Amino acid sequence: MEQAIIAIHGLSKTYGSLKAVDNLNLTIRQGEIFGLLGPNGAGKSTTILMLLGLTEPTAGTAHICGLDASRNPIPVKRKVGYMPDNVGFYNELSALENLKYIGRLNGIPENEVENTAREMLISVGLESAIHKKAGTFSRGMKQRLGLADVLIKRPEVIILDEPTLGIDPAGVRDFLELIRQLNQEQGITILLSSHHLHQVQQVCSRVGIFVGGRLLAEGSVETLAANLFQADPHVVQVTLRNAFKASSEELLQLPGVTKVSIADASVEISGQQDITPEIVRYFVHKGCDVTGVQKRTYGLDEIYQRYFENNLKDKEVHNEQSTGLFQRSFLSRFKKR
Amino acid sequence: MNSLLAYSKDHSLAGSKSVSPFWTMVKKEVADQIHSWRFIIMALLILLTWLGSMYVSMSNIRSAMENVRDHDTLYFYLKLLTITDRSLPPFHVFIGFLGPLLGIALGFDAINSEQSNGTLIRLMAQPVYRDSLLNAKFTGSLIVISILFFSLNMLMVGGGMLITGVRIEVAEFIRILCFVGLSIIYVAFWLNLSILLSVKFRQTATSALTAIAIWLFITVFYPILVQIILKGILPDPNDLSPDQLVIYNQIRHNFLVVMPGQMYADGTTTLLMPVVRSMGPLTMEQMAMAVPSPLPLRESLLITWPQVSGLIAATVACFAISYWLFMRREIRT
Repeated sequence: MEQAIIAIHGLSKTYGSLKAVDNLNLTIRQGEIFGLLGPNGAGKSTTILMLLGLTEPTAGTAHICGLDASRNPIPVKRKVGYMPDNVGFYNELSALENLKYIGRLNGIPENEVENTAREMLISVGLESAIHKKAGTFSRGMKQRLGLADVLIKRPEVIILDEPTLGIDPAGVRDFLELIRQLNQEQGITILLSSHHLHQVQQVCSRVGIFVGGRLLAEGSVETLAANLFQADPHVVQVTLRNAFKASSEELLQLPGVTKVSIADASVEISGQQDITPEIVRYFVHKGCDVTGVQKRTYGLDEIYQRYFENNLKDKEVHNEQSTGLFQRSFLSRFKKR
Repeated sequence: MNSLLAYSKDHSLAGSKSVSPFWTMVKKEVADQIHSWRFIIMALLILLTWLGSMYVSMSNIRSAMENVRDHDTLYFYLKLLTITDRSLPPFHVFIGFLGPLLGIALGFDAINSEQSNGTLIRLMAQPVYRDSLLNAKFTGSLIVISILFFSLNMLMVGGGMLITGVRIEVAEFIRILCFVGLSIIYVAFWLNLSILLSVKFRQTATSALTAIAIWLFITVFYPILVQIILKGILPDPNDLSPDQLVIYNQIRHNFLVVMPGQMYADGTTTLLMPVVRSMGPLTMEQMAMAVPSPLPLRESLLITWPQVSGLIAATVACFAISYWLFMRREIRT
């Protein structure tokens, strides 16, 4: 097993009566891309700030590369590159000047800083904008410049907070590809905080689901799906020419079927094992015109939704009202998708 | 991306010479200030007032130097800074007025603009101490102010020498340097006050307006307020005996002297006019047996010291508060 590069034990942060981060325990291994998932206000950014030593934890410890982040913030910041969600640059300076400034702050010698900065700009695809003022950059270009800014210090860990916010789909794809390459080719550990589930699923080897300051689950998407959907790991979606009129009770009688969901001409059947042949036979026997059969796997969307639902149920049981309203509205929006 | 592959993680940063993060920030701060329009405008304004004051001084220097009753005639260059025909105030009076504006202009958005641009968190994520940023903001602006004032005064000395050929006395030169130092401390107070406001307020407009409001209060409204209060609690000065009038003026001066503008005015008057031997009113008894001659530099410095230390204390207090606020602040985007 690879060495733990980020080790968080019992980390908490309280603002008055609000618990922004509640007893967080997390280990991120070297060379991983770890996705920190959660809605706005879940405590992701506060956790990141504590990891960088930019805010003092109320309790617990966070170690990066073996260094305590709150006791040794400077050595930690030498090893960690951080790109905030709304990365800012000196608009009146060119991309190169912006990068040279950060390079100097990181102790890059004067005779090397220009070449290193140029190298970084070329590596993130900004070779044509080296001398352009940062103020004229598009959001996507700024994100690329932000990545160059992070890379110039030669980090062991990169923390990206909502890095694809406001970028067009093509830009997102390129950016995620860049992250993946950095991880694979240089072995840099990446902590990616986001609420864009599909993007996280594309690049992250493991994810952590963060809600209301608590880490509800962590692991690979496959592991989380297996744990969550143990009762019905197989899903078959059948599309019919006409609306399905029969009751779901009949389908539930079939061996292995655990759950049925009917929406007009689309029927979704969950089961403990692969029941596709039985399902197709059933519909043919009923005289339905089957136009499509699709086997589905559980993705991060379902995992996230399930954790949210469970968390909401827990909250309702305990009659806890904090952040519940927000989560409900987030969930309702999520369900509409 | 290929160059990223070629780029070695093992490459060591040590070995070659690198500038410390603090001085890197100071250099950027100096460059930013010098290139900013607000500094250019303020510097031009100060240069214009300097030119105007110098023109008036040069036009009146002959008559001033011929005045046999004036005991400061020895100090030609100090005269250049102080004499006037009342058409324009002397240079040090202009500085008393424009200095605060210069300090405010250089510091009002020191921290909050970094926050609103999103560069503050980017800087704080680098291996630099948090206080280095605040120290660099102050040091950078102070360097710019110092260079401006020193250059103007040296221009005056050099220009005076070139035009008149009059030799400058050592004591006179030191007095001018002390005047430059006092002016820098005075502007540093306003600079620190505006940096404090930039730490306190998130919006640059709020910090700028608050700084200007404080400046207006201190410069315009406070003396009026003191006058009204004194009128309310003390008898009419016209009805007072000479002794009581001295006490009345002393009380009035004590009220005014706590303000930075008054401290600066008192300090510069003593430094640039060696004949001045007291900040407050003097009685005839105090003046008895006094030789009507300029004070030595050491004596003038002793008279000025309370003003200098007061200004330094106010500057340090402002800096300490902004330091305390900034170090406790949670930095977010």
